[in-house]
Amino acid sequence: MSNVLTFTDKGIYCPAGDFYIDPWGRVERALITHGHSDHARWGMGSYLATKAAAPVMQHRLGDVSIDTVNYAETVQIGDARVSFHPAGHVPGSAQIRVEVAGEVWVASGDYKTTNDGFSEPFEPVRCHAFITESTFGLPIFKWQPQQVVADQINTWWTANRAEGKASILGAYALGKAQRLMSCVDASIGPILTHASIENTNDILRAQGLHLPDTVRVTAETGLKKYPSALVICPPSAFGPWSKKFGPQSQAFASGWMALRGVKRRRAAERGFIISDHADWTELNSAIAETGAERIFVTHGYTSVFTKWLRDQGYDAHVVSTDYGGDEADDSDAPQQDTQDAGAAV
Amino acid sequence: MRDFATLFTTLDQTTKTTSKVAALRAFFEAASDSDKLWCIALFSGRRPKRAVTTTLLREWAAELAGIPLWLFEECYPIVGDLAETIALVLPPARQHDDQPLTHWIKTVQSIAPQEEAARKKIILDAWDRLNTTERFLFNKLLTGGFRVGVSQKLVTRALAQCTDQDEAALTHKLMGSWTPDSITFDQLVLQDDPEADLSKPYPFYLAHGVDDIDQLGPVSNWCAELKWDGIRGQLIKRGGAHHLWSRGEELMTDRFPEFAQLRDFLPDGTVIDGEVLAFQDGVPLSFNVLQKRIGRKTVPKKMLIEAPVILQAYDLLEWHGTDIREKPLSERRHLLASLIENLPTDLPIALSKQVPATSWDTLAEARETAREVNAEGLMLKRLSSPYLAGRKKGDWWKWKVDPLTIDAVMIYAQAGHGRRATLFTDYTFAVKSGNELVPFTKAYSGLTDAEFKQITSWVKKNTLQRFGPVRQVTPQHVFEIAFEGIQASPRHKSGIALRFPRMLRWRQDKPLDEINTLEDLQEMLRQFG
Ligand SMILES: [Zn+2]
Ligand SMILES: [Zn+2]
Repeated sequence: MSNVLTFTDKGIYCPAGDFYIDPWGRVERALITHGHSDHARWGMGSYLATKAAAPVMQHRLGDVSIDTVNYAETVQIGDARVSFHPAGHVPGSAQIRVEVAGEVWVASGDYKTTNDGFSEPFEPVRCHAFITESTFGLPIFKWQPQQVVADQINTWWTANRAEGKASILGAYALGKAQRLMSCVDASIGPILTHASIENTNDILRAQGLHLPDTVRVTAETGLKKYPSALVICPPSAFGPWSKKFGPQSQAFASGWMALRGVKRRRAAERGFIISDHADWTELNSAIAETGAERIFVTHGYTSVFTKWLRDQGYDAHVVSTDYGGDEADDSDAPQQDTQDAGAAV
Repeated sequence: MRDFATLFTTLDQTTKTTSKVAALRAFFEAASDSDKLWCIALFSGRRPKRAVTTTLLREWAAELAGIPLWLFEECYPIVGDLAETIALVLPPARQHDDQPLTHWIKTVQSIAPQEEAARKKIILDAWDRLNTTERFLFNKLLTGGFRVGVSQKLVTRALAQCTDQDEAALTHKLMGSWTPDSITFDQLVLQDDPEADLSKPYPFYLAHGVDDIDQLGPVSNWCAELKWDGIRGQLIKRGGAHHLWSRGEELMTDRFPEFAQLRDFLPDGTVIDGEVLAFQDGVPLSFNVLQKRIGRKTVPKKMLIEAPVILQAYDLLEWHGTDIREKPLSERRHLLASLIENLPTDLPIALSKQVPATSWDTLAEARETAREVNAEGLMLKRLSSPYLAGRKKGDWWKWKVDPLTIDAVMIYAQAGHGRRATLFTDYTFAVKSGNELVPFTKAYSGLTDAEFKQITSWVKKNTLQRFGPVRQVTPQHVFEIAFEGIQASPRHKSGIALRFPRMLRWRQDKPLDEINTLEDLQEMLRQFG
């Protein structure tokens, strides 16, 4: 069987089209699944991404030129036919479908199959070989429906408001933060945002995404005016930055909050279990729906998940990558399965 | 069990004392008497016995989750807790009825006498009726490992507030050998007769480590004793019977049958605080000898001869049926001394001798040499102090001798549990023996979070081999290991075992070839074992 994509020490490479997908080494031509920093890196000769992903990438990468495509639009690159399909991870995120001489491979980047009502919903793509993440690739990770978590957050926020406390919610700047502000009940009180999150909000609003009204926290923001606020900030802002809101309850929103140990280590009063990555059930169903026989497993619980897939009859392989450890949840992962930290295969 | 699960989650997540007490109060105000009683029991370590082996639980959980056992076993070290792993892998419950805590404890208690098939049916049915947190708690009850992040002191405080009574008096009521099956909430908490249970001990007074001896004022205000390395115990003689309690509120009467002789000599209404020590020919033996007796419910004759024990008595709490804890220590000790003086000398009890406190310098000297007589240092007690309950600063201090230390190299690393599941914190250390490295101890505390983080990233890059969750690493990093004692141990490759080993320092200045040798350890064993 020919290899449409190969795994090199610079990233996932397509020989037929002479391009890379989400490379971490400097390359001439990079196709990018989404704007998180472990997938979209600085220093490539050229970039190709979806129209919806490009503005945030531009903001983060600075002065680079990014070519864009619409979802499902086919581009011919060398001998490869390439198209981007929604991955449901964050706005603009894509699975990249590559077809060479009738053989179809899909590199899915990061994905979730749940519709968060905000990112373009995940679309299954039939293929011969599928490259999947495995951030939460263990059967201990099973997410609740988004509405259940939204209700938990609303209840917590309402209770804090009643006690005269601000609700400080830690979430990552691109994706999770906007998803949370979209799913909570904005009638409970004002939503305040840390500058890093509001910068992303501005970009997403400019490209036509609907977000609730938010107030950017600056040095001049009179915090007394917002006693019942929900304050969304990156977890790194917990501490001196969040202190100035006075009496408060702190919470984190992350898939890792499913583990008591991680939640305690974070020392937040509340942990809301919500992730932009597929849980165990979603990973398995997404893989089944591709119809692929060959599965390549990247960042996460790679070796365990690969062994499981082999038990299920797939021709599955571990692939070493430099993904993970970005702002999208990975930093809280328990350190048990990092054997792919070495050289690439 | 929803209310109990809510309480548990709050206690687990908040570090604020006020929030913990508030959560406990909320529970006590709403719960039934029997749920309250079980809650007090669980929070004071009175757990139901383990009802089923963990091997079976793992198999059943994997089966119900539709995953192979190997996958379950891969999840366990990531979660770091068996009860939690099971709770997480199981499919969502198909029915949820909110039965009270007592119902689930009765369920657990009903399992033990059943056949395996019947046990399985009961447990699988329970799992199918509980949400994730409730399952976790149920599993903790099943495995006998229930623990919660709240001190008994806070539980007592909340309960005292709810029932409008004095905290110290309630503390006393909650002690003793009761179980929820043997008493009602009303009898335990509300009725005003702590003497109803003649075995009931007093809350122990616990000492703090002293930081600054200069703060203690004139030495003449203090009573100094050697700090013995035994088991803290309260010996009670009331109503013709005797009882021996450990500090952990465990009844140890049957484990130390030699104290039965004292029954005939101590007057009724006597409570003595002291240290149970292995003791022969007028000298204390090392803790290792005593250790042979710990954990044995019954004692064979041979052991009574090889490891005889005595009570080193250092305080008198009750005398002729009167609680004398309010009297100053000098007076209590005086009474204790005359009591022991009048006893036959062959009884297994002795007055803990005072170290002459002529000056702080002489005490400092006595501390330095304490290890030579198998003591851990000195105890300093203010002569005018009453006997307080719990760990209170000011009147009782431990002044421990510096630990023994050895330089060793890390050869294996493993991730920690709970809060530290993301870091490699559990290390195995080796000393040199010729050209070989011989592992001799594990340690997992003593470093800062920043140091653990630094070592974690180093471990990831320097893994030579993996054995399940354990990683063999390049022998490179040298640590100073501190420990309180050393003993021979044929079970270990090194032939020795340490007491309370911990990392004192990361010796980044020390190269591998300067670590200690197995011979050094053997020499320590000769000296202090
Ligand atoms: Zn991502
Ligand atoms: Zn990723």
